[in-house]
Amino acid sequence: MSVLVEVRDLIKTFGEGEAETRVLRGLDLTLETGELSALLGPSGSGKSTLLTILGTLLKPSSGLHTMLGVDLAAARDAELTEFRNRHIGFVFQFHHLLPDFTALENVMFPTAVMAGRETASARTRAAELLERVGLADRMHFLAPKLSGGQKQRVAIARALMNRPELVLADEPTGNLDRDSAEQVMALIGEINSEEETTFLISTHDENIAAHCRRRILVRDGRVEG
Amino acid sequence: MRYGLKIAMRYLGASKAQTSLLIAGVAVGVFVFIFMSALIGGLAVFLLQRTVGDIAHVTVEAPSRDAVSLMGEQGDVLLVEQRATNQRTLLRTADAFLPLIEALPGVAATSQQIVGNGFVVRGQARAPVGITGVEPGKVSAIADIDGALISGTTELGNSGVVIGSGLADDLGIGVGQVVRLQSDRDVERTLVVAGIFEIGLDALDSRAAFVTLATARTLFDLPQGVSRIEIKLVDLNAADREARRISAETGLKATPWTEGNAQLLDGLRAQASSGNLIKAFALITIVIGVASALLLSTYRRRPEIGIMRAMGASRLFVIGVFVTQGTLIGLLGGLIGAGLGFLALSPFPVPELAPPGGLPVDVRQGAYDLAIVLTTLGAILASILPARAAARVDPVSVIGQ
Ligand SMILES: Nc1ncnc2c1ncn2[C@@H]1O[C@H](COP(=O)(O)OP(=O)(O)O)[C@@H](O)[C@H]1O
Ligand SMILES: [Mg+2]
Repeated sequence: MSVLVEVRDLIKTFGEGEAETRVLRGLDLTLETGELSALLGPSGSGKSTLLTILGTLLKPSSGLHTMLGVDLAAARDAELTEFRNRHIGFVFQFHHLLPDFTALENVMFPTAVMAGRETASARTRAAELLERVGLADRMHFLAPKLSGGQKQRVAIARALMNRPELVLADEPTGNLDRDSAEQVMALIGEINSEEETTFLISTHDENIAAHCRRRILVRDGRVEG
Repeated sequence: MRYGLKIAMRYLGASKAQTSLLIAGVAVGVFVFIFMSALIGGLAVFLLQRTVGDIAHVTVEAPSRDAVSLMGEQGDVLLVEQRATNQRTLLRTADAFLPLIEALPGVAATSQQIVGNGFVVRGQARAPVGITGVEPGKVSAIADIDGALISGTTELGNSGVVIGSGLADDLGIGVGQVVRLQSDRDVERTLVVAGIFEIGLDALDSRAAFVTLATARTLFDLPQGVSRIEIKLVDLNAADREARRISAETGLKATPWTEGNAQLLDGLRAQASSGNLIKAFALITIVIGVASALLLSTYRRRPEIGIMRAMGASRLFVIGVFVTQGTLIGLLGGLIGAGLGFLALSPFPVPELAPPGGLPVDVRQGAYDLAIVLTTLGAILASILPARAAARVDPVSVIGQ
């Protein structure tokens, strides 16, 4: 296995002076290609903060952050935007689909936004992904017409659209009932073993963590153990 | 940018009522713009037509000769000069210049005239008149006497005279009756009233008499030459330029109508600038309306914008989506407003033919293309602020952790 993401001595503070909160305090973490990891820790321990930094949406206050050998801590916004588009997929607790678009259009978005149009090959790939997540018959439904579990599966298909090396999922089942949550986790497990996509999934649900092969515990702004 | 266009259209289509209202608002602004253009332009045509329709556009006369000092260059000269007031400047060589003037492309009609003062005498009654001798068949060359005729004809024959209705009423005469015309040179001719006109201008209706050039020659004792040549132009707005040109080509004094009508021109200019002010306000209203609507939409769509950014949409892409929305709104509102403006203005007769008391709007002067272009540019401008606000949305702040 090869190193996909490396984080060294990562520090993230919010606010200044009196109001300063140190969320990450010298965190070290290495993710290897093909890993399926659960990111655990009490609420407020900094899981979401870490995920947004790993997803290049947030800059760390200091520390090293490389992925695929690229120094992301030093990159500019435009470079990060493109890097994110190509190499990172997101699944959020709230699905965050575009409400005026169909399931298929939502899944195609990451490819179309780079190509400048919805290509035929993107359409084919998106349709295959929707089939893969069991939504072949919901392809042309507008996002708000789908159930919570269906929306989250569309979000997973969208995250996989550009064949990213890393998928970051922040409490992806936090808003789902037990059955839907189990379905979503089973799906993630299958895709991980089929495609070697690396998943990092934050949760505080032991049942969810049980689906993952590695457990990463965040406490006091550091990775424990 | 095709994809940005798709998203922009989807966003506009998502809230149809709001988008329709916005476009309707823009269209109303464009309608006001077009209506003002047509009204101000139409009023100008109407007023010019009314004022200049019955007068010469350019009047050609002999250059007035000033006395020349015969003293040498040395020494100071104190000179009091009085312009000759009774001197009749005469165009002795009108025949030579006329073909030259008539050949100019901007000239529509010419009329050689001998003018002077006199009295119409009928029994005991005497009325002062301005006598104008014109070439046969050219009574209507400058003022449309034919169109204003209330009885008789403008055929002057050998001894005919055409007078205005005011004069005819004063003297109690009608067509076919005989009057005596007495010039200020004390020459008298007996003439038959050939026609009576009523043009609506007191100066003509009560104090003008048209006779033939031959009659005028006898009355004013002028065996040759004419007093002036009056000219109608194809385009009355070109009077200044044409006058300069005629003057340059003939060496004669050519006076455009604008010289005696500075007030009218000032009035028209003032009217045009107040019209422009109203049009500018219409455009500003459009810009503010589009900007505020898009700003609201930006705010409402913050979560989506954040997610698009997280999925790899660049700032420029987001800006493109919102500027495209502004452009579409401006273009659509502009086209609809211009279409409605044209439809609303079309039933109005053009100001040249407008009945008295009618609204002199000119459908040809709606400035439709300008309205559409300015509105679209305005809407693009209006969308820049919301677009930049959208591009600055921080994905982290809307993802909700
Ligand atoms: N933008 C922010 N400004 C200030 N404090 C923040 C901000 N984002 C997160 N925090 C704080 O950082 C801490 C960690 O938050 P988070 O990463 O969301 O934890 P978790 O996802 O593990 O619950 C919390 O105390 C939270 O209040
Ligand atoms: Mg969290």
